Amino acid sequence: MDIGIVGYGCYIPRLRISVEEIARVWGADAESYKKGLIVEEKAVPDMDEDTVTISVEAAKNALLRAGIDPEKIGSVYVGSESHPYAVKPSGTVVAEALGIGSNVMIADFEFACKAGTAAMQCCYGLVKAGEIEYGLAIGADTSQGRPGDALEYTAAAAGAAFIIGKDPLAKLEGTCSFTTDTSDFWRREGADYPSHGARFTGKPAYFKHVTSASKMLMDKLSLKPADFKYAVFHMPNGKFPLTASKMLGFSKEQIENGFVVNKIGNPYSGSSPVGLCATLDVAQPGDRILMTSYGSGAGSDSFSFMVTDKILERREKAKKTQDYIKNKQNIDYGVYVKLRRKLRV
Amino acid sequence: MRMPHKSSVPLFWRLKDSKYRLIGSRCTTCKEVFFPKKNLCPVCRRRGSIEDMQFNGNGRIVSYTIVRVPPEGFEKYAPYAVAVIDLEEGARVSGQVVGNITKVRTGKQVRTVFRKIHEDGSDGLINYGLKWEIAE
Repeated sequence: MDIGIVGYGCYIPRLRISVEEIARVWGADAESYKKGLIVEEKAVPDMDEDTVTISVEAAKNALLRAGIDPEKIGSVYVGSESHPYAVKPSGTVVAEALGIGSNVMIADFEFACKAGTAAMQCCYGLVKAGEIEYGLAIGADTSQGRPGDALEYTAAAAGAAFIIGKDPLAKLEGTCSFTTDTSDFWRREGADYPSHGARFTGKPAYFKHVTSASKMLMDKLSLKPADFKYAVFHMPNGKFPLTASKMLGFSKEQIENGFVVNKIGNPYSGSSPVGLCATLDVAQPGDRILMTSYGSGAGSDSFSFMVTDKILERREKAKKTQDYIKNKQNIDYGVYVKLRRKLRV
Repeated sequence: MRMPHKSSVPLFWRLKDSKYRLIGSRCTTCKEVFFPKKNLCPVCRRRGSIEDMQFNGNGRIVSYTIVRVPPEGFEKYAPYAVAVIDLEEGARVSGQVVGNITKVRTGKQVRTVFRKIHEDGSDGLINYGLKWEIAE
């Protein structure tokens, strides 16, 4: 029996702040940032939204599409680098809110921006081993960026949830990871904002891991870029995934459906998962999708999915990625500062 | 030693079914529905039989107000809308309506969204639950 994504769903907060607005405050050249990052605006969480609330809303959409009894879910893994508690798992609240019951394995995952895809791999392993019927994997973040830092233009909020099990709408054909000790981006315990190695986050970090994991998976499955209809790469900005796809031999057309960074920014653990949701929103049975995440520290998880005919009956059962992207309200930097608690009173 | 949090930890825990998932109750004798839950049907009394009921999370605004002078702990949310809502299945509840407050109107259809309700300072618990959004 095939194993893969039985149901998927995303959630993107309604508020946005534009690159122009952030650049205005810091006296920066908005046009050069927009052109350099290929980002117009980013999603901002409201005062009462966090990784847990985003995870619940995304998972509700995944459950609607899967059409399964929540109590059949045997594992809930929430991947994030902005879990609201240092001690108290996000997954406990998420499972309770979804009515999953108590017979469930729960753990919070952390691996910078790839914690959500690591959760998908674990759920896949457990389903394949026959330990659970369904697993819920979530990647969600309310990302932090130091005021005035280049990261502030992209660090965004959003998340995506995937129910992994049998009878999938997208069969998981294979997955692998490429992981090394590369310190390109980090946040120490108790620190409010992450630090990064600026240009060092590129060649030896993002590009090395994303291209290596993608190549490793294609070799493993004897596939080449032309065998994929779509591809999704982690989107810390717009330039990186475009360059990585070019390096690997993918065309712009193959990645444009999952290219959400220009409208919502980089929701860290939610980045490539939201891109995958946007791609599943348009994919047809028989389409093959490559997804490669990237988490600083550093590692990449690569997946190959084959879309099945189940997509046609399940896709319309919940809100799509574009519905969330279009439903927006822009805020100014003052409100943003208040919402992100950068203002100490 | 006193803990830094102010709110009761067990109180919210006891109510989590209704706060997280809108679980109310129904009398199987007279079919009346209740939110919050009741242990005894006030109509049928001892002839009644109460069971848990999952409301679907859809409703309609009956009345609303905009809170501009909030109680302690809710200052950062102000101004915010609080509405009285008739649930599709029949019970009447009150709750906060999220999003653009200028769009909140009597008669609007609403549905539940999962949000933070209250934070007990920076050291205490974050209490989650359902709020309402205008259905597009």
